[in-house]
Amino acid sequence: MRGEVIRRVRGGIAALVLVGLVVAPWVVDDYTTAILARTLALALVGVSVALLTGVAGMPTLGQTAPYAAGAYACAVVGSRVSDVGVVQLVVAAAAGALLAALTVPLVVHARGVIVLMITLAIGELVVIVLGRWRSVTGGTDGLAGIPAVRPFWGLPALANDQARYLYALVVVATLVGAVLVLLRTRAGLVLRAGRDDETRLRASGHRVALHLSGAHIAAGAIAGAAGSLLVVAQQYISPADFGFDTSALLLLGVVIGGTASVGGALVGAALVIAVRDWLFGVLPGHAPLVLGALFVATVYLLPTGVNRARGRLRPPGAPALQPEQPAAHDQATVAELHR
Amino acid sequence: MIAVAAGTNRIDPYLIPALDGVAYGLLVFVAASGLVFCFGVANILNLAHGLLYAIGGYTAAALLDGGWVSLALALAVGVLAAAATGVLLAGLLTPVATGNHLSQALLTFGVALAGGSLLVAGFGPDNPQVQVPAALEGSVMVAGHRYAAYRLVFIVVAAVLAAALYLVVRRTRAGMLVRAAVDDPEMVACLGVSPARIRAGVLAAAGALAGAAGVLGAPIIGPGTGTADTVLLLSLVVVVLGGLGSMAGTLLAALAIGEIQTLGVALLPSAAPFLLFAAMAAVLAVRARGLAGRWRAA
Repeated sequence: MRGEVIRRVRGGIAALVLVGLVVAPWVVDDYTTAILARTLALALVGVSVALLTGVAGMPTLGQTAPYAAGAYACAVVGSRVSDVGVVQLVVAAAAGALLAALTVPLVVHARGVIVLMITLAIGELVVIVLGRWRSVTGGTDGLAGIPAVRPFWGLPALANDQARYLYALVVVATLVGAVLVLLRTRAGLVLRAGRDDETRLRASGHRVALHLSGAHIAAGAIAGAAGSLLVVAQQYISPADFGFDTSALLLLGVVIGGTASVGGALVGAALVIAVRDWLFGVLPGHAPLVLGALFVATVYLLPTGVNRARGRLRPPGAPALQPEQPAAHDQATVAELHR
Repeated sequence: MIAVAAGTNRIDPYLIPALDGVAYGLLVFVAASGLVFCFGVANILNLAHGLLYAIGGYTAAALLDGGWVSLALALAVGVLAAAATGVLLAGLLTPVATGNHLSQALLTFGVALAGGSLLVAGFGPDNPQVQVPAALEGSVMVAGHRYAAYRLVFIVVAAVLAAALYLVVRRTRAGMLVRAAVDDPEMVACLGVSPARIRAGVLAAAGALAGAAGVLGAPIIGPGTGTADTVLLLSLVVVVLGGLGSMAGTLLAALAIGEIQTLGVALLPSAAPFLLFAAMAAVLAVRARGLAGRWRAA
């Protein structure tokens, strides 16, 4: 009964937010609309981070790599081949998926903090490559003058900020819906089960490495598609859009949103990006200092960030004996799979 | 290797980049060994590691005036400041749940962001000039080539530092504790050594190493707004390539990165940006399972 009420309330809030997002471009000015469109693209990358970090249990600091691959692929295709949005989206998603597939061997056997480290190195190396591969990426100057996109063959080009924003909103809503549906299938269940108890899943004959590779490539495709939206929103990209700080901000947003929740990731990422944009507007020069302090403060405020029960079960300073042992209720996912 | 097969004339143009690679590699080794300790002993991904190096670099730029006294002073101040920042980090990390890697990474990133902003506010947004001691400012002849004297001396000093580090880890009680904590942290706790104290000590040592690398290496990887990111990335790649098992592995990985960044660029200029990627992919592809297994155990 209570679960039913909560579900209705959540559905109602989601519908209200969606309506708000649809009417937003007529309420705020053009500049804010453009910022909102970019935030939508970053929130979609946040969804891919949540997919890997929360659902598959592979914490990542490198989703900017497929995001950048998608953005540059879209920019190159948009300038030289086709201005049709669907084509650009497919190309960008394919580029993101390809980069993710190439990096699968680097991450699939690692777990926990090792994944964080390797993905961070991948993301940073991609930024270096973007800065130096001038003939394709334009180096640190980036790529500008990308022609306006038309969503589908025969439709007019998106000439103003409102149209571009709505295009981004439709794409994000479609992809997020697809992710939500996918997570309800057996594939989503297997991923969560692997996160909670990998050994048991492996013992029962599931190929965990294969599932993780699939999740990694799918998350890469989503981030790549988000890259295409960034190109549409900004009509200009440079390596600075894909730096290490963007990865860390998105990870913070996803952690705030509850790590495994797609809706939470959307809200958390949008919130963190909005705070960053606002800070850089009101505090030029000191924004990184305040942002860094906010990172520290958020970690202390998060319910999962700090040892709340330190003094209760063990003396302060004693090591957690089984820090990564899944809690008993997590086993429920695995049990559900075997039913 | 190709050049060696072809004879002395082919080696000649690559001698100086290769020597540069050794200097670069040893610098990366000293900086990265701090991160390896953090990672292997305290199991913390310290994203503020590049900041610790940058503190040393800015100290060198501010204090060096061409004399030996200023070098000694800069070394002392840089090492102390970076070690103090390491202890501060350990203090901030104390309430964070053990094994909560996400929170630890986010917290250290916040410190890196704020610290980098403070450094820029204190020293200005331009990359400052670093003045090496006047006696080392010239160049010396190495096999018929002119080579910066400072770099040659740096190679010797860094090699001595690396040897000292090896002796400390292998032969002293502190080094024994560090190795024991990598193997079995719970047993070390049972022996009565507080893990919090080990963590503070490790972060201070990591800060001291990065600070020393920052001061001595300032003429090679100079202080600037991008320094922290560069050093963090190079150190991470060293950890990926060398693993956490041995100091020899770390040293080999650092030297390999040094040669890739100098000799690799001289040999294959167009492929240079991809070489670090290729090295990482090759190493992980060859021994992915073994590496991951050891890491999980560590």
